[in-house]
Amino acid sequence: MTTLTPPPALPKNAGRRRPLSRPFNWRRAIALTLLALAIAVSILPFYWVLRTALSSNGSLAANSANLLPADFNLGAFKRVFGLQSASEAIAEGGSGASINFWQYLWNSLLFSGITTACAVFFSSMAAYAFSRLRWKGRDAVFSLFLATMLVPPIFTALPNFLLIKNLGLLNSMLGLVLPYLFMTPFAIFFMRQFFLNMSREVEEAAMLDGAKHWRIFFQIIMPNAAAPIATLALLTFMGQWNEYFWPLLVGTSEESRVLTVGLGVFKSQSPQGAPDWSGLMAATLVSATPVLILFAIFGKRIVNSIGFNGTK
Amino acid sequence: MTMLTKPPEPGLSARAPRKSPKRGKPSDGFRGIGDLKIALFFIAPAMIGLILFYLVPTIRGIYLSFTEYSILGDPEWIGARNYERIAKDPLFWNALGVTSEYVVINIVLQTALALGLAILMHRVAKSTLIRGALLMPYLMANVIAALLWFWMLDYQIGVINQIIEWTGLPRVAFFGSEQWAIPTQALINTWRHMGYTALLIFAGLQAIPNSVYEAASIDGSKAVSTFWRITLPLLRPVLVLVLVVTVIGSFQVFDTVAVTTAGGPVNATRVLQFYIYQRAFNEQDFGYGSALAVILFLILAIVAFLQMKFLRGNQSDLD
Repeated sequence: MTTLTPPPALPKNAGRRRPLSRPFNWRRAIALTLLALAIAVSILPFYWVLRTALSSNGSLAANSANLLPADFNLGAFKRVFGLQSASEAIAEGGSGASINFWQYLWNSLLFSGITTACAVFFSSMAAYAFSRLRWKGRDAVFSLFLATMLVPPIFTALPNFLLIKNLGLLNSMLGLVLPYLFMTPFAIFFMRQFFLNMSREVEEAAMLDGAKHWRIFFQIIMPNAAAPIATLALLTFMGQWNEYFWPLLVGTSEESRVLTVGLGVFKSQSPQGAPDWSGLMAATLVSATPVLILFAIFGKRIVNSIGFNGTK
Repeated sequence: MTMLTKPPEPGLSARAPRKSPKRGKPSDGFRGIGDLKIALFFIAPAMIGLILFYLVPTIRGIYLSFTEYSILGDPEWIGARNYERIAKDPLFWNALGVTSEYVVINIVLQTALALGLAILMHRVAKSTLIRGALLMPYLMANVIAALLWFWMLDYQIGVINQIIEWTGLPRVAFFGSEQWAIPTQALINTWRHMGYTALLIFAGLQAIPNSVYEAASIDGSKAVSTFWRITLPLLRPVLVLVLVVTVIGSFQVFDTVAVTTAGGPVNATRVLQFYIYQRAFNEQDFGYGSALAVILFLILAIVAFLQMKFLRGNQSDLD
C-alpha cells in the first residue's frame, strides 16, 4: 500500500508514477479536502438524525440549524417504543396512533435471521455441487441460476404475492421468508467462486478413506469456508434487513410488519403539516442501529468484500 | 440485492486458475459416470427455490400480462389488450419519462462523483477507515435514506434550506415542486450509492499494475493524458459493470419514492415501479400490472445488452 513512493534516487525518474505529488504539494491538500468533504457528506446526516431524535418537536422550528439538540429530551424514543400514552404523544407532536417498534425490530430480526441462515446454507450446498462435483449439465444448470439475477424483483414479486396469498400466508412470517429461503443466485455464485479455488488434496484423502460427500461437505468444506460464509451471511443479513418492497406487499398487519415497513407507516401517520420529526428520526435511528452495530464489529470484513467485479 | 463482492482467498491455499472449472480432473477416477445423484441431493433445496420463486413466477407473470385479473375470480385471457392499453396510456409514458430522467441524473452524478472519489482514495488515502466512512450510507435501507433527507430537505425547517437561505438564495421545495422532485430522488440515491460505487471503482484502480503507469511516465505522459489514455481505458470493464448495475438498479427505483412523495406532486415522481405497484395492488389490476412489469423487464434486458455490447464490458485490455 505504498502509494506515496519516497523520492526516487535517480533524478531522471523524479516524480515518476505520480508526477503531481512532489512538485505540487497543494494538490494533495486539495485532494484531502475533497475527500474530507465527501466523508462529511456521508456521515454528518447520521449526526443530524441523532440530534433531531433527542430534540423536542416544539423547539425544532426555532433552532433549525442549531448543532445541538433543541430542548433535549427522550420523548421521541418513548413514542417509538409505545411507552407514551396517546395524549402525551399528541402533546409532544406525535400522532397518538399506537406504534410499537419492539414488535417491528423482532420481526426484522426474524425475517433477516431466518432467510440468511437458510439461504446461505442451501446456497452453499448448491455451490458445492456446482464446483466440487462433476455431473452432466452442471454448467448449464449453473447458468440458469445466474440468469435469474437479471430478473427484476418486481417482475417475480407479483406472481409470488399471488402464490403466498393462495397459500393463505399473507401477513405471516412464513409468507415473508418463503421466497428467500432456498437460495439467492448471488450467494451460490459467491460460494462457488470460493469452492472452485479450494485445494482438492484433503478432500481426496478423505474420499480414499471412504468418506461420503455429505461428510466431506460438513466436515471439510464448510469448516474451511467459515470466512467467506461469515462475509456472505453479513451481506445477506444487511440486504434483508433493508428490504422494503416484498415485506410491504406481504407483511402489512401490525403483527407482521418489519422495521422498514413500520417506518413508512409511522411516517404516513405523522400529522400532516407539522410532522413528528423527532419521533421519525428516533425511529430511523432505531432501525439503523443493528446495521450500525454490525458495521462497527465487522466493518473491515464488509469493506474488504466490496470490489469483486466478476469480470476477472 | 445487487452487492458485488469479492470472495476472500481460500483457506486451503490453492493456486488454481480462476476460470475453467473443467481444468485437469484429478478426482474423475473415483466415479466414472460423474456425481449426478449426489449432486441432485445438494442442489435440491436451491432447485426448489429456483423453480417455485423464479421460473414459475416468470412464466406466470408473462401469462398474467395477457389476462384481466383482479385477484378475485380467475384470470381472463384477453390477448394483447393490456399491451395495447399501455401504448395509449399517458401515465405509462409519463412514468417512463420520469424514470428515464431519474436514471440519467443518477448515472451522471453517481458515476462522476464515484470516479472522482475513487481516484482521490487511490492517490492520497487508502485506509479502511475512510472507505468504511464512505460506505456507511450504502448500508442504510432506502427507507432510512429517504426519511433522513426528507427531514434535512424539509421546506420549512430543514437544515439544508436554512443553509440555502443564509447564502441569500430562495428556499427550495425539494419534494414539493414538480421540477425538483425527481432530481431530489436522484440526489438521495446518489448519496446512498456514491461511496459504494467509489469502492468498486477503487478496486478496479488497484488492479491496474504500476508497471503500466511507469511505462507511461517514462514515455513522458502527463498526468491528465495518463488518466484519459491509460487509467480510463483500463478501468473500462469495471466502469461498464458499474454502469450496468447502476442503470438496472435505478430503473427499479421504488422505496424512496414510496416513502416520501408517493408519486407526486401530481405525476412528477410516479416512476415505473411505483406505477406498477399502484396498478397491481391499489387498483387490483394484476393483468395490467403484470404487462407493465414485462415491459420494465424488457427495457432492462435491452439496456443491459446494449451496454455490454457497445462498451465491450466483458473484455479487458489488461490481458
